[in-house]
Amino acid sequence: MSEQKIAKEKEPMFSAKVLKLLKNPLNLENPVTVQVLGICSALAVTVQMKPAIVMALSVTIVTAFASLIISALRNTIPSRIRIIVQLAVVAALVIIVDQVLKAYVYDVSKKLSVFVGLIITNCILMGRLEAYAMANKPWPSFVDGIGNGIGYGLILVIVAFFREFLGSGKFYGMSVIPKVFYEWGYMDNGLMILPPMALITIGVIIWVQRSRTKELQEK
Amino acid sequence: MQHSNKYIFIYSIIMVVVIAVSLTIVAVKLKPAQEDNIRIEKMQNILSSVNISTTEIPKKQVIDVYQKYIKVALGVNNKGEVVEQDAAKIFTIELANELKKPVEQQILPVYIAVLDGGDSANIVPLRGKGLWGPVWGYMSFKTDFNTIFGTAFDHKGETPGLGAEINQDWFMKPFIGKQIFESDGKLVSISVVKGGAKPDDIHGVDAISGGTITSKGVEKMMLDNLTNYEAYFKKHMTK
Repeated sequence: MSEQKIAKEKEPMFSAKVLKLLKNPLNLENPVTVQVLGICSALAVTVQMKPAIVMALSVTIVTAFASLIISALRNTIPSRIRIIVQLAVVAALVIIVDQVLKAYVYDVSKKLSVFVGLIITNCILMGRLEAYAMANKPWPSFVDGIGNGIGYGLILVIVAFFREFLGSGKFYGMSVIPKVFYEWGYMDNGLMILPPMALITIGVIIWVQRSRTKELQEK
Repeated sequence: MQHSNKYIFIYSIIMVVVIAVSLTIVAVKLKPAQEDNIRIEKMQNILSSVNISTTEIPKKQVIDVYQKYIKVALGVNNKGEVVEQDAAKIFTIELANELKKPVEQQILPVYIAVLDGGDSANIVPLRGKGLWGPVWGYMSFKTDFNTIFGTAFDHKGETPGLGAEINQDWFMKPFIGKQIFESDGKLVSISVVKGGAKPDDIHGVDAISGGTITSKGVEKMMLDNLTNYEAYFKKHMTK
């Protein structure tokens, strides 16, 4: 028993295997562009950069800690009610995040409004819990949660960057397009603010990613 | 792994209790901060209706600014009588709740701001319906209770780029200087005119193209709410 413990401690915290858990969701196993999960919030909160970043952080935190908790409990969770247990843990974490946002970043929480609550139904979460955390040790599960949260957030921020830049001529709330451009007749594209353009932006990102990555191309 | 029913029951009971306790602790701990945010937001809205912007200053200072300018708060009824003078109590009145009561029981808030130049402005809250949900705001009047001094509108979830524009300056600024009473004393409020109001129309402003239902909602909100205040306004009007 004690030998086993020592052996466990010797395994480095950031072994190649663990690092892969962080890196893969950014590209090859990206939850949004490859697995096409979590699309609904990706459409809704990407009008501006700030809410997108807060949403990305919230999802990352919730996924990581839900994975950690579920993984720590995985041997005690009765398999017949495991989905309920997962949901209860996720729901509790989401409510905590929502309350914290309301208390400390009120204006952002107003913008995110219902979407923080909808993290509960974000497919990425349940997918990672069911597919990974239920079968792996807490630490890798935690890293896996962070990796997937960042993978999701990365796409959100990219989409938000283009929508905010083209839709309202701003970058993180600051006007970046010089006044003279508008005087010459340049106009912000109001269409970018509407949800359909988020879908199209994600489509373009998927297209670019697929054409650059050999592994993702179907024969 | 198969577990017995007893295990499952005990497991779920413990889980629910643990979660309930931790959520309760979080909610209780964070409640004061959340309530402060809501109060400060209300103060910011009231202040912006007298054209004092507080979005750039730290949250904590908003309270000081509010106390500096908003000197009096009154609760009036629809006959124009003052029925409540406790400012703290009036601040907690939610217009949405008052409007659900029978007309004679409603207590309607009026805030009086004393501005830098010594002028005062009378602020009334407004609440109505837009296209997708509630719209609300504050509107301030000069001492003649007729000329609009400033407005602050907001909404829950109007269409971005269309109805949601009601909280933008280009929509709110034209209200300033308009008048709500005809010269014979009839309350006409302000019409939101589709296709653009005439420049010399002192009772009309431009509607939002593509946001007609929201624009009409704002128009109806103003008329409905100002009707409640009509008696009070007429009593205190300076000719």
